[in-house]
Amino acid sequence: MGKHAKNGRDWRLGVLAIALALIVWQFIAAVIIRYPFILPAPTDVALAFVSLVAKGDIFIDLGTSLVHFAIGLGLALIVGIPLGIVMGWNRRIEALADPVIELLRPIPPLAWIPFAIIWFGLTSFSAGFIIFIGAVFPIIINTYSGFRGVPRVFVEAAKMLGCTRDRDLVRFIAFPAALPSVAAGIRIATGVGWMCLVAAELFGVSNFGLGQKLWFYYSLHQMDSVVVYMILLGLIGLAFDMIFRHYIDKKFLKWRTGEVA
Amino acid sequence: MGDLVIKNLNQSFPRDDGSRLVVLENLSLDVKDKEFVCILGSSGCGKTTLLRMIAGLDNAESGSVVLDGEEIRGPNPKVGMVFQEYSLFPWRTVIDNIAFGLEMRGIPKEERHRVAEEYLELVNLSQFRDSYPSELSGGMRQRVAVARALALDPVVLLMDEPFGALDAQTRNKLQIELLEIWEKTKKTVVFITHSVDEAVFLADRIVVMTPRPGRICQIFEIPLPRPRDRTSPMFAEIRREVLDLINQHCSIQ
Repeated sequence: MGKHAKNGRDWRLGVLAIALALIVWQFIAAVIIRYPFILPAPTDVALAFVSLVAKGDIFIDLGTSLVHFAIGLGLALIVGIPLGIVMGWNRRIEALADPVIELLRPIPPLAWIPFAIIWFGLTSFSAGFIIFIGAVFPIIINTYSGFRGVPRVFVEAAKMLGCTRDRDLVRFIAFPAALPSVAAGIRIATGVGWMCLVAAELFGVSNFGLGQKLWFYYSLHQMDSVVVYMILLGLIGLAFDMIFRHYIDKKFLKWRTGEVA
Repeated sequence: MGDLVIKNLNQSFPRDDGSRLVVLENLSLDVKDKEFVCILGSSGCGKTTLLRMIAGLDNAESGSVVLDGEEIRGPNPKVGMVFQEYSLFPWRTVIDNIAFGLEMRGIPKEERHRVAEEYLELVNLSQFRDSYPSELSGGMRQRVAVARALALDPVVLLMDEPFGALDAQTRNKLQIELLEIWEKTKKTVVFITHSVDEAVFLADRIVVMTPRPGRICQIFEIPLPRPRDRTSPMFAEIRREVLDLINQHCSIQ
């Protein structure tokens, strides 16, 4: 509607929906259930949020979780992108690596927790490792399929224009051509990695962290604080996705605009 | 210079039943410097295979392609190519597509953009300098592809049905533009098409190929002066002659 209907959708409807959901939640919690341990009301959660912010630990939790996440995602990028590139570019390496990857991939990231503890102890690196396991496979697979799908005519056109060395073909042709797929992989990996965060912090790698505190407040039966941490986890996950949608896609993939239309 | 000597090219591919499909059989052809040659044939006659060998993208089983005394064994900067499908790099702007070859040669940005702008002007697309290929029409994309191939100043320009995907009107317009560019730059052009009309309009010489095995069936000299008028009786006469001879001698079994 009018100037707000930028993407064919009115953002005011979204705000209205969230407001309605809050009202319904408040009603159910405060009028029907009336037992904050089962379901804290939005007002309880807001109060808990204020007191958590006043205490200040919540910022340390956020920082700690971001460190865990950065270790996991960073490692996944360092390992996943080069591996995806060589697999996509070289059939022999693909034949070698693919079966191993396909065997490891279905193992849920959380099943690696025992070995994470044995290998890395109760450290941030241990939590990072679980996030790495969750994030690395989408990156490998999307990078790989992006490189595999580079149209032959681009490679041949580049060769005719003097770009003949493998290294240059990867850098100037295959990588930019595969970039949309690589970016999609990173975006999926960000989501999966973030979902692994809570579990990765469960086994006591630190006294801080969003996932760690979520459990901690549960054990104190302070469910309003639990909800604060849940919402925080959700909002940060959403923020990562927004960064992708509005920054990375527009900055690096603007050449794709109009191609779908 | 741009003298092309193609001698005894043979090429075949294995078939599922174990036999071999002969794509080219003892094909020989000389293309003179600055000549505009059209290779005419139905699909599957091996004309694209022939062009890919001149380009150095494929190697023949036997025979040779020699450009100005030098055998072609791989992609060569003296040979430019315009592909049938859209081959512009979609992540590069028009100017950076045209400058790509120069960039690979290590020419600094300012210098290569200056050269690329000249070729952009040659194809009349200066106002689309910073557009992405996805913002261009099919005809414009192929004009940029021509400019990109010419920017390295090759002696031979290979064109593989470059206007095949375009509507008739755009196609006619681009043919005229191509001839103008050819007059200005004087490259040797080998142009593949399956349109008799297109071949008669463009070519100094038309080489007709027949399939299975791919070989040359007829060669026509087109004596018409340029610019040619598609609607003139002379044009119609020559087109009819070419068609008749193709039907008599090069018909497909």
